[in-house]
Amino acid sequence: MIRTLLSDDLPRSRALTVLLIGIVLCLALAPFLFPGVRTVDTAARICIFVVLVASYDLLIGYTGIVSFAHTMFFGLGAYGLAFGLIHIDRSYLAMGLGTLGGALAAAVVALLVGLFSLRVRAIFFAMITLAVASAVAVLFSQLSSITGGEDGLTFKLPRSLGPAFKFGTETLDGRLFGVRLNGKLLAYYLVFFCCVLLFLALLRFVNSPFGRVLNAIRENEFRAEAIGFPVIYYRVAASCMSAIAAAFAGALYAVWLRYVGPDTTLSMEIMLNVLLMVVIGGMGTLYGAIIGAAVFVLAQNYLQTFMESAASLVEGIPVMPNFLTADRWLLWLGLLFVISVYFFPKGVVGRLRRGKTVPH
Amino acid sequence: MTAAPEHTPTMVRRTVSELIVPFTPLCMVIFLICAGYLAIGIPSSWMTLTLSGLAMGMMYFIMSTGLTLVFGLMDVINFGHGAFVSLGAFVGVTVLLQLGAFSESPVLWQNIAAVLLSICAAMAVCAAVGWGFERLIVRPVYGSHLNQILVTMGGLIVAEQLIIVFWGPEEIYFSRPEMLKGSTEILGATVEKFRVLVVSLGLAVFALMRWVLRRTKIGLIVRAGVEDREMVMALGYRLRLVFVGVFVAGSALAGFGGAVWGMYQEVITAHMGNQALILIFIVVIIGGLGSVEGCFIGALLVGLMQNYVAFLAPKFALLSNIGLMVAILMWRPMGMIPVVKAK
Repeated sequence: MIRTLLSDDLPRSRALTVLLIGIVLCLALAPFLFPGVRTVDTAARICIFVVLVASYDLLIGYTGIVSFAHTMFFGLGAYGLAFGLIHIDRSYLAMGLGTLGGALAAAVVALLVGLFSLRVRAIFFAMITLAVASAVAVLFSQLSSITGGEDGLTFKLPRSLGPAFKFGTETLDGRLFGVRLNGKLLAYYLVFFCCVLLFLALLRFVNSPFGRVLNAIRENEFRAEAIGFPVIYYRVAASCMSAIAAAFAGALYAVWLRYVGPDTTLSMEIMLNVLLMVVIGGMGTLYGAIIGAAVFVLAQNYLQTFMESAASLVEGIPVMPNFLTADRWLLWLGLLFVISVYFFPKGVVGRLRRGKTVPH
Repeated sequence: MTAAPEHTPTMVRRTVSELIVPFTPLCMVIFLICAGYLAIGIPSSWMTLTLSGLAMGMMYFIMSTGLTLVFGLMDVINFGHGAFVSLGAFVGVTVLLQLGAFSESPVLWQNIAAVLLSICAAMAVCAAVGWGFERLIVRPVYGSHLNQILVTMGGLIVAEQLIIVFWGPEEIYFSRPEMLKGSTEILGATVEKFRVLVVSLGLAVFALMRWVLRRTKIGLIVRAGVEDREMVMALGYRLRLVFVGVFVAGSALAGFGGAVWGMYQEVITAHMGNQALILIFIVVIIGGLGSVEGCFIGALLVGLMQNYVAFLAPKFALLSNIGLMVAILMWRPMGMIPVVKAK
C-alpha cells in the first residue's frame, strides 16, 4: 500500500527513511506534540513550503530549467483565494472557486511565458521569468484598488476555520490531550492533509512516463528531441504543472495566514528561500523538498536569534557587528547557497543516498 | 572540359527590401519615437521624454554590453552582473562626495572632471572585483547553465549584502555637481543638463566599443570567438585570457553605468543593481545575446518605451517593456540581431 502511495519511489536509504518518517510524524502531530502558537505556525509553514519546493523541484531538478517566477504563481494562488473569499462570500465553495481561479491564472501565465521563452533556448526562461515576476510584483503592489497594494488584503475564512469555533465540547469537554479543539486546529489539519495530497500527487507525476521524459530532456535535450519527444511541449507542460501546484500551495498559505500581501507571497526573498531549500534538500528528488523545507524553516526561525547573540560577542571590533546583525542573515544564506551548490550539488538526500545504485 | 558560358556574368541588383532589412532594428527606434509623438501629442514634453529616454537607453547600453559579450564568448550567463551596477554606484558616489571642492565649484570643467574621476574610480574597483568574481564564482561552473544561474545568483545576493555591510542599509541621497544641476531649454523643450552629458558619454562608449571591436586585433579575436570559439582556440589564441579580459571590462562598464545611473537619480540603494538587472536582461534578450549593436538598439528601445509609458500610464512602465520583449521575440525569436554560431 505504501509502495503504491509513494508511486514506487521509495527513499532508498535507511537514514533518509528514518529522517522522513520523523519529520512527517512531527508535522502530523505538531499541534499535540508542540502546543504553542509559534511552533504550530512553524509546522504549517514547513508543510506549505514542502509543497512549494517540491513543485519547484519538478522544474529545476526534474526538467533542468530554472524559473524565477515561482513565487508569482504562489502569489496568484494566494490572491485567487483572497478574491474568492472577499468577492463571493466566506464559504468553502468560494474558497474552492477562488483557488481554482488562481490556479487557472497561474497555468495560463505559465503557458504564455513558457511558449515564448522556451521556444529558443532554455536559458531565456530564467531571464524572462525574472523580468515577468518582478513586473507582476510591481503591478500587484501598485494596483491598490484591487489588490490592496503594499498593505495586502485581509479576509475572513469560513467560520469553522476560525479560533472562535469550538467543537467536541459535550463529548470531550473541548479538549483532546490537553489541546483545545477549535477552528485553528481544523485549519492546521486542512493545510496538512492538502499538502500531503499535493505532495503525493507530485510524486505520482514525476514517476509517470511523463516524468521520465522530463528526466531524459534534462540529461540530453538533443537526444530526447531526436527520439521523438517534442521538447518544448514537455517543458511547457512541466512548467504549467509546477505553476498549478505552486498556486495551490499559495492558497494554503493564504488560508493559514488569513492575509495576502506582496511581501508574504510575491517577494524575491521567498524565491531565494525556495531556491535554497531545493539546493539544501537535493535537486531531482522530491524527498529533498521535505528535508530542505524543514531544515530551512527551522534555521530561519532560530538562526536570527543565534546571529543576534553572536553579534553581541564581537561588539568592540569595528565593522564586525555589521556582518552579524540579524538583518544580514541573507548574506550568510547567500554564502551557504554558493557553497552548497559547489560542494553538495546533490544536497542532503544525495549525501544520504551515496553509494546506493539506482534500481532502474 | 566544358566551354565557358556565352553570356558575361551579371550582378543581381539588390531589391529595396533587401537593402532595408539590415536596418529594420534601427527603423524600430525611429518608429517608436514617432509612435511616442502620436501618443503624447505635446511637442515640448515629447522632446523632453525622448531625450531622457535616449539618456536612459545609453545607460542601459553601458550596463548591459558586458553581459552580452560574456555570454557570446563563453556561453556564460552572469546573474551577478547587477552587483557591479550597485558597486559602481556606491564607489562613484563616495568618490564624488570626497571631491566636494570640485563638484561644488561653479566651474563647468571642474564639475565634469569630478564626475569623470568618480566614474574612473567606479570602473577601477568594479574591474578588480570582477576579476575576483570570475575567479571565485564563475570559473568553477563553466559549461553548466543551471549551476551558473544558481551560483551567480548567490554571488549577487552576497555582493548586495556586502554593500549594505560597508555602506549601511539606508538609501544615500546626494546632489549632483553644481553646474550639472537644473535644466536648459533646447528648441523649446526643457532638458536636464546631466542628461546631455549622459547621452554624450553613452555615444562615446558606443563609438569606442565599435572601434575596438571592428578595428583592432583584440576586437577581431573577440568577434571571431563569439562566432566560433573552438576554431579560434585551434588557431592558437588563448581565448580563456581574452574571456577574462572581456569579463573584467564588462564589469567595469557595469560599474560605469551604475555610477552614472546613481548620479542621474541622485539616490542610491544596494538593491538598485537588482532592479537594473531586470532591464538589462530585457535589453540583451531584445538585442540578441552576444550582439553589441543589438544591445545598443535594444537599450534605446527600452529607455524610450520606459519614458513614454511612464508619462502616459505610470503603473505599466515595466510591464510595457515586457510587452516590447514579447513582441520582438515573436518577430525574431533570437533577438533583433541574432548571433549566428558556426556550429
